[in-house]
Amino acid sequence: MLPVPELDLADVLAAVLALSLNAYVLFAGADFGGGVWDLLASGPRRNRQREVIAHAIGPIWEANHVWLILAIVLTFSCFPPVYARLGTVLHIPLTLMLVGIVLRGSAFTFRTYDSQHDAAQRRWGRIFSSASVITPILLGVSIGAVASGRVGGDTQGSFVQRFVEPWLTLFGLSVGLLTLVLFAFLAAVFLTLESVDRELCEDFRRRALACGVVVFFASALVLLLSPQSAPLVRGGLMDSPWALPLHLLTAVAAISVLAALWSRRYRLARLAVALQVSLIFWGWAMAQYPFLLPPNFTIRNTAAPESTLRLTLIVLAIGGLILLPSLWYLFQVFKTTPADPAGLPAEKSAARNEPSSF
Amino acid sequence: MPDLLAARSQMAVSLAFHIIFAVVGIGMPVLMVIAERRWQKTGDPIHLDLAKRWSKGTAILFAVGAVSGTVLSFELGLLWPGFMELAGGIIGMPFSLEGFAFFTEAIFLGIYLYGWDRISPRAHLWAGIAVAISGAASGIFVVTANSWMNSPAGFDLVGGRAVNIDPIAAMLNPMAFQQTVHMTLAAYAATGFAVGGIHAFLLLFDPTNAFHRRALTAALALGAPAAMLQPISGDLSARSVAARQPIKLAAMESHFETMAAAPLTIGGFPDPESGQTRYAIKIPYGLSLLAFHDPHAVVRGLQEFPREDWPNVPIVHAGFQVMVALGTYLALVSLWVAWIWLRRKDVVGSRWRLRAIALGAPMGFLAIEAGWTVTEVGRQPWIIQGVLRTADAVTPMPGLIVPFLLFTLLYCFLGVIVAWLLYRQIIRSPKSSEWSRVYVPGVARA
Repeated sequence: MLPVPELDLADVLAAVLALSLNAYVLFAGADFGGGVWDLLASGPRRNRQREVIAHAIGPIWEANHVWLILAIVLTFSCFPPVYARLGTVLHIPLTLMLVGIVLRGSAFTFRTYDSQHDAAQRRWGRIFSSASVITPILLGVSIGAVASGRVGGDTQGSFVQRFVEPWLTLFGLSVGLLTLVLFAFLAAVFLTLESVDRELCEDFRRRALACGVVVFFASALVLLLSPQSAPLVRGGLMDSPWALPLHLLTAVAAISVLAALWSRRYRLARLAVALQVSLIFWGWAMAQYPFLLPPNFTIRNTAAPESTLRLTLIVLAIGGLILLPSLWYLFQVFKTTPADPAGLPAEKSAARNEPSSF
Repeated sequence: MPDLLAARSQMAVSLAFHIIFAVVGIGMPVLMVIAERRWQKTGDPIHLDLAKRWSKGTAILFAVGAVSGTVLSFELGLLWPGFMELAGGIIGMPFSLEGFAFFTEAIFLGIYLYGWDRISPRAHLWAGIAVAISGAASGIFVVTANSWMNSPAGFDLVGGRAVNIDPIAAMLNPMAFQQTVHMTLAAYAATGFAVGGIHAFLLLFDPTNAFHRRALTAALALGAPAAMLQPISGDLSARSVAARQPIKLAAMESHFETMAAAPLTIGGFPDPESGQTRYAIKIPYGLSLLAFHDPHAVVRGLQEFPREDWPNVPIVHAGFQVMVALGTYLALVSLWVAWIWLRRKDVVGSRWRLRAIALGAPMGFLAIEAGWTVTEVGRQPWIIQGVLRTADAVTPMPGLIVPFLLFTLLYCFLGVIVAWLLYRQIIRSPKSSEWSRVYVPGVARA
């Protein structure tokens, strides 16, 4: 049923690029989502919620962040004109996103290592969590601009027409909202596994269930706006031969997440939510194929010469041999047993100079 | 402010800020590993305390380095899309390799910082070693990309487009070796002296503190050898500049007229209009000797080249003087330290030596900033030497003064916070009395 396209080297690299973005969305997305729940922490256990979040993302957020750098590097090595165009048309949202990335990472680290007084903790916490909200929105706005064909199209005219209108659209904002909500959803589901404390698990379970419903409405909003704003991607998502199986699979994943959360099978929920978010991501990526920036920049007409692509693939293979076992080890060390920050042994708190309470 | 100047200023601010954290990411892991290894070998708890304190400082600095590095990877496209469109396919490879090296560094730093009681001591030490190796590797890869901008290789330019691309030849460009060696040594020397200098300063007030004594010794074990090797590497670099970027060399040396047996110009204020350098010391044959190892060699002067190809001579000359002066100071102090170490196995000894080391604390980093000013400003008006002019690579986006000011303010803010946190963490928080009761051999001589 599925037509097998003639894959060449450039397609393979575009797929790797999409894979690294997919990894960024899953891993770093959950870290950003953690920041959202830090902002929305509430109830009698709000300080302990924040602690679990900090504990969950502390060892891994820097590594997770590198997926974005990998995606950027692949873009400019393998598809240089795409990178040049992104940097030009999306100058404003990408600059603001960078400010968000800088503030999120630094404020999180400053909070960990600054004085444990409430005032200092609250100050850094507020910067960390608000940057965690703004950055995903801007990432989504940029993706929405690409999908709408306004980045890869002809841009002429005034400053606003060239540098603002391509991304500041209702559709772009709806994709920004969806990105934010998806990241928060990922984080809430992942956080159910981060604490041995039953009450905290319940807190995150309730948040995940609520967020799952919001995801549905945010997706519906994007779909509703897409025929007008992103006809090419919309067409791909509706008319491709893979469209129906993809939608069915996404629906199954989405229902599985909610069902697994309902029945408190958190490991299953984690798997299903990762699948659901990845399917949404790949739906966008495949609907755009063979365009990187519709309607003018395709994979083939922007690809670097064969020699570069071949070497990049070799570098990726060798790098992967080092990277994947290292990543596996990282998650093995920190993500196999849920931690209970409140019950950490004293020596451990001292070793990390961790706050015993926020 | 013209957009080109704003873009260049934003890039300069971003690089000048990031380089500090990148250098720390190369140097500090080595110090953490030295301290942890010494603790595992001797059981001396001071070394464990050192390893933990240093890793805390590294955690703060690495996080800021990671995010400011991300800014740079985007800024290449946000500010210089014309450059990346031409160069992306040619020098993407070292950036991809750097991506993986940085990935490895981030992963093992996470394990190192948060894994003290989650993995075995042996695995923990190896995680630290992995951080040190991948930190050095990522620096080396990035510098090869920069050296390609100075000595482009691995492609042919046909009608404004790059053809016959050979990314390996581009990465192993003629200046790659000299620049990577110079920068790696600089990172070790700067980190070693910054850490050693801080502890030397504190020892002036608290001479018996065993914590600071151990710290000073470990930091100089890294910084002093690097600082002593740096003049040799500097000579290699200078000669490659002389051969490949004669205009840059002429600007560095404020050398206006082509001549044989050229003198070395030290200090002074070059005036590009008159071609004179006021108040400079001239050493006969010096420049010919340094640039070509031959007192009678002909050194081409700025006036041989069209004026529109000149970099800003006063800045490049001043940057070079500052770098050489600071580097020379660190090398001399290192020789002094090494001499005492060979004779007495003790680096602390005299108060004068402590003062000299403490004075060197900021010098490595200042020398790095000055040196990168020479490299980057000296390459102007080219973004890729002889291939693409900076003015032709800049984004068409107007109003670039806004992001320039935005990032400048952001980085000033972060710089102040980081300095304050490090002060709390490293300088103020180790209670001096904590380790002062520990017996330290050699104190009596002090």
